[in-house]
Amino acid sequence: MGQITLQGVQKSFGPVHIIKGADLEIADGSFVVFVGPSGCGKTTLLRLIAGLEDVTGGAILIDGRNVVDVPPAKRGLSMVFQSYALYPHMSVRGNIAFGLKMAGIARDEINRKVEAAAATLNLTPYLERKPRELSGGQRQRVAIGRAIVREPKAFLFDEPLSNLDAALRVQMRLEVTRLQKQLGTTAIYVTHDQVEAMTMADKIVVLNGGKIEQYGSPLELYEKPANLFVAGFIGSPKMNFVTGELAKQQGATTIGVRPEHLKVERDGQGGWRGTVSVAEHLGSDTFLYVDAGPQGMLTARYIGELDLHPGDQVSLIPDPARIHRFDDSGKSIRA
Amino acid sequence: MATQQTQLLARTLLTPAVALLFIWMIVPLALTIYFATLHYNLLDPGSESFVGLENFRYFLTDPAFLASLQNTLVLVGSVLAITIILGVPLALLLDQQVVGLSIVRLMVIAPFFVMPTVSALVWKNLLMHPVSGLFAWIAHLFGLPAIDWFNDAPLFSVILIISWQWLPFATLILLTALQSLDEEQKEAAEMDGASAISTFIYITLPHLARPITVVILIETIFLLTVFAEIFVTTGGGPGLQTTNIAFLIYSQALIQYDVGSASAGGLVAVVLANIVAFFLVRIVGRNLEA
Repeated sequence: MGQITLQGVQKSFGPVHIIKGADLEIADGSFVVFVGPSGCGKTTLLRLIAGLEDVTGGAILIDGRNVVDVPPAKRGLSMVFQSYALYPHMSVRGNIAFGLKMAGIARDEINRKVEAAAATLNLTPYLERKPRELSGGQRQRVAIGRAIVREPKAFLFDEPLSNLDAALRVQMRLEVTRLQKQLGTTAIYVTHDQVEAMTMADKIVVLNGGKIEQYGSPLELYEKPANLFVAGFIGSPKMNFVTGELAKQQGATTIGVRPEHLKVERDGQGGWRGTVSVAEHLGSDTFLYVDAGPQGMLTARYIGELDLHPGDQVSLIPDPARIHRFDDSGKSIRA
Repeated sequence: MATQQTQLLARTLLTPAVALLFIWMIVPLALTIYFATLHYNLLDPGSESFVGLENFRYFLTDPAFLASLQNTLVLVGSVLAITIILGVPLALLLDQQVVGLSIVRLMVIAPFFVMPTVSALVWKNLLMHPVSGLFAWIAHLFGLPAIDWFNDAPLFSVILIISWQWLPFATLILLTALQSLDEEQKEAAEMDGASAISTFIYITLPHLARPITVVILIETIFLLTVFAEIFVTTGGGPGLQTTNIAFLIYSQALIQYDVGSASAGGLVAVVLANIVAFFLVRIVGRNLEA
């Protein structure tokens, strides 16, 4: 079991409020990603759940029991750190076994569990090596091995893939997701990378300035962003925002259209007219940065190759069903 | 890669410095070797004559040699043990966030800046003096007899003074090492359920293995040649109880005026220091390899 509930969790460092009251319900076995820009409090929130920081106010319930006064080791959670935090003088075996050894488990059982964890993570040939003799991906797997061997109620991941190169990151992303599904253990994963968030999560928590902006499944966030911040944060390239007269016609202060929902027409009539200022040709996609006069700079995404170059005149026609409307407080207006 | 021109330039520019250092080292060494083969006593001028290895035989068979060798090893070993055993907890304390930490740090480091003669005099006359010393006064408060440190425990007293001087060095090196210990490692240990003591034994102490090696190597180099503290406090006595090799050589040269024997002793000391260095690097130097 690993059901985690946050009730009005607050954290301040001196006069600085990092977490301004977070309420969250994390179901057993789900994969929840905390995502947000730097300094939004996502790592702090994770550390509060882990017990590495004390809460200033509110309650953290694990399986219905308030754990704010329980030391980290007794919460039954395990954590994978950004720097991996492997013990450099211990072998891979020693690293994975350390938590079990501290719990006073018998040697044979430790060996059995360590070898099972190593087998799951393809680490068996490296068990006697020191961390410095391993590659980045292998170190990462050791850190995960250290987490799974204790059979925790939940895994906490603190930006674990940010030190890996792009190719390895994609591979480890798949491995972590697969492993979590296989073990069925609750996981909380912190990242600033929205692609990681969208691909790995069952549910995403978008944090900004110490507040939870929205909590929902990846597609919910993409299709129905609760406010301007979520709309701008989820999706790449960013959603286009248009204010002024055009937005008023739609009964909103700001309207947003995702680049992929703008139809590009060469020399077309109607829609929003503008001049291509930069065109990025990726083969699979074409990204156009269009100077659309009164609407400002707009980004459009075309699937496939589109033979347009800087200086060309285009018109961009938004998909009327996919226009997001926001009121003056930035909240989404639902029809 | 350096070009040939820059290599030539570098060598040309380095030559004067290297040459000067080389002369500075080789002239005294050559003269010492030369004197070691002479019968050369300052009380008997004009009688210098070549005696071969006689001075070495004389120095090595002198019972004072073995006694002073033993004193040297005891002194080095004890000071190393004391500075490290006390240095680790001190460094751990200084690594904490405490009110007035900067002042505490300064006070801990201060002994290192006091010159050896001064600190030895302070210990001898203000602290350990059996009549007017602070320790005697404290003993008197408890109704105990005062201890005459330099007569009753002379070598221990010298060890105490030198340890006091070198403790800051060990503490500083260990403190900087502690500050470089990855915070996330300690947190990982905390998540793994390690108690403070387990964290110290399994995480902190292994991390300190390398700085401890550095402390041992550097302190050994300096402790083998301790002189001022002995000269100022006990003058090598009572008897030979606080005479180490450095002091023995001094007494050969400037108390017995036997330059030949002292030179031979100096060369023996060089060989001994190299033997110690060889074993040290063998035993603890392995820690320094990355």
